[in-house]
Amino acid sequence: MTDTILSIKNLKKYFEPHQSFTQSIGGGGQKKPIKAVDDISFDIRRGEIFGLIGESGSGKTTTGKLVMKLIEPTSGKIFLNGEDVTHLDKEKLIAYRRKVQMIFQDPYASMNPRFKIKDVLEEPLIIHKVKGTIEERTKMIVKALEEVKLTPPDEFMGRWPHMLSGGQRQRVATARTLILNPMMLVADEPVSMIDLSTRAEILHMMKEVQKELGLSYLYITHDLSTARYFTDRIAVMYLGRIVEIGRADDIIDNPLHPYTQALIEAVPEPVSGKLDIIKELPIFGEIPSPANIPQGCRFHTRCPYATDACKSEPEPELTLAGEEHYHACSRAYEIPAERKHKQAG
Amino acid sequence: MNSLLKVENLQMHYFTSKGAVRAIDDISFELTPGETIGLVGESGCGKTSLGTSILRMPTPPGRYISGKILVDGVDVIPLPEREVRKDIRWQKISMVFQGAMNCLTPVYTIGRQMMETLNEHSDMSRSDAESLITEYLGYVGLSPEIVQRYPHELSGGMKQRAVIATALFLKPEIVILDEPTTALDVIVQAQIINLLKKLKKQFSLSFIFITHDLALEAEISDRICVMYAGKIVELGSNAQIYGTQGPAHPYTERLLAATPRLFKKVEQLQFIPGTPPDLIAPPKGCRFNPRCDKAFDRCFQEEPPLIEIEPGHMSACWLHQRG
Repeated sequence: MTDTILSIKNLKKYFEPHQSFTQSIGGGGQKKPIKAVDDISFDIRRGEIFGLIGESGSGKTTTGKLVMKLIEPTSGKIFLNGEDVTHLDKEKLIAYRRKVQMIFQDPYASMNPRFKIKDVLEEPLIIHKVKGTIEERTKMIVKALEEVKLTPPDEFMGRWPHMLSGGQRQRVATARTLILNPMMLVADEPVSMIDLSTRAEILHMMKEVQKELGLSYLYITHDLSTARYFTDRIAVMYLGRIVEIGRADDIIDNPLHPYTQALIEAVPEPVSGKLDIIKELPIFGEIPSPANIPQGCRFHTRCPYATDACKSEPEPELTLAGEEHYHACSRAYEIPAERKHKQAG
Repeated sequence: MNSLLKVENLQMHYFTSKGAVRAIDDISFELTPGETIGLVGESGCGKTSLGTSILRMPTPPGRYISGKILVDGVDVIPLPEREVRKDIRWQKISMVFQGAMNCLTPVYTIGRQMMETLNEHSDMSRSDAESLITEYLGYVGLSPEIVQRYPHELSGGMKQRAVIATALFLKPEIVILDEPTTALDVIVQAQIINLLKKLKKQFSLSFIFITHDLALEAEISDRICVMYAGKIVELGSNAQIYGTQGPAHPYTERLLAATPRLFKKVEQLQFIPGTPPDLIAPPKGCRFNPRCDKAFDRCFQEEPPLIEIEPGHMSACWLHQRG
């Protein structure tokens, strides 16, 4: 039995579209709800980095917001440390947010430009009414800056955000979450706005901090290329559902769902000799609207291996395929042969 | 050799209140017909500045200092703006700007915004223009009804396709693509790259492809031009940069090592410590010296010239001459 820190059970989030008065009395027909997250379940273990991967519109950010409790789920449950946290009153919510912190995508927009770094880091202490003298607080700020390797801390405390590079800002953003001693961090595309040369540096720093403090991460991204290095397990989302889940190595070396295969195939690799190749992507078109999810397997409209059965039969559930490796494709075992056949001719 | 575009010792500085930012400092390269040249480097190394300079529209307060930009043998820098508009910009060279898909006006339809480009640069009749728009939308894989839609109704990939179509209207020979896929998902990115390869063949275009992603560059560029702090540090063919012997310049090497690889399990990703230098007062000697782990005395004294280390492969590093 492994130690679970966060557990998501059958979570759903439907956004009801705005209805005008005439629509609501039946004038223009009912608008369909947007099924951003449509029945997902997963567990994050203590000290684990869990990657949530998918395109825009797959519901990964909505899932992050649900975990942060920025929005209320339509149904389903969220457990932190075995405790049901699906619905919390204001007081408990503040306590929850102290344990689960978030790192945002844009390090330029997530900091008040008129706050010095010291003030940026002190703000969570004020919001969460952490008691302490000025000296004690300063000590906490210094410690947090040291944890993210912004040294010497005294020098950084007096700077303004505009004086820092993107990488340094993301370090401050991480320090800001660490100052409250959280159990878990939700990081929504933390490096997508950062230059490639620094991207590795930030991921490395986040991983060091995670190891040192025994934290758990929910890492949300559309880019698989950092996932093998950074994550322990990966869940691949498509149109609000998890289509494949397993250890990072298994998912990347042995993807079973055609959507995961397409995501992997699309990643560019820095090797020569691919100039004249038009990449045959095993996927069609773009992601459909979550207000209009296809019948049957929701991926069938874009899947090159879909049969009539995929359209008519009920949606495949996640099934076990290997150790800790689940997929939701009814044809997973027929696809490798077909794929080879297609690639050959 | 006949070249389509030749940049000779180009210098373009931004004149700010703090001093001149040497964004493009003595850059020379050539583009031959049907070729794609990739400009790579970190943010702030001058990639975009070079792109807009070639289009003869450096962003204010940028000004040309010296050098030539020869398009079909004619230097475009001294030409009056009217002539550039009439004969060069969009007719010979067009550009897909960084984030262009997010700069579409939300209050106009896509069709109206595409029409604007045609009105500005040609005196085509309205019906001709409309049929041209439909034709080009077809080339980029969009249906003609898109013209009546507003930007918010389209996905990122669709908007980017519309922007690419707009860049191709007037049959340019050179298209500058500034980070055309940066804000897009990997699958859409791969689809756009496929589209660009197809269009390149169909219209025999030459591309200048700007990105910070070396992995992406490997898939599209015939030659790679690595920039650092306003200078070219390495220029070589796709095989020379990504081949087994690896790149020549330490900066390219570090940049390549920092590129995450999907199929390579690594314990620790490499990164380049520090940040690119301040271009108002760049470091003495080689501009990469504060961040280079191979730097020796000479690197701090003299600036290394860009020399040919093997046929078609240039690099600016003192290590090559150390013996």
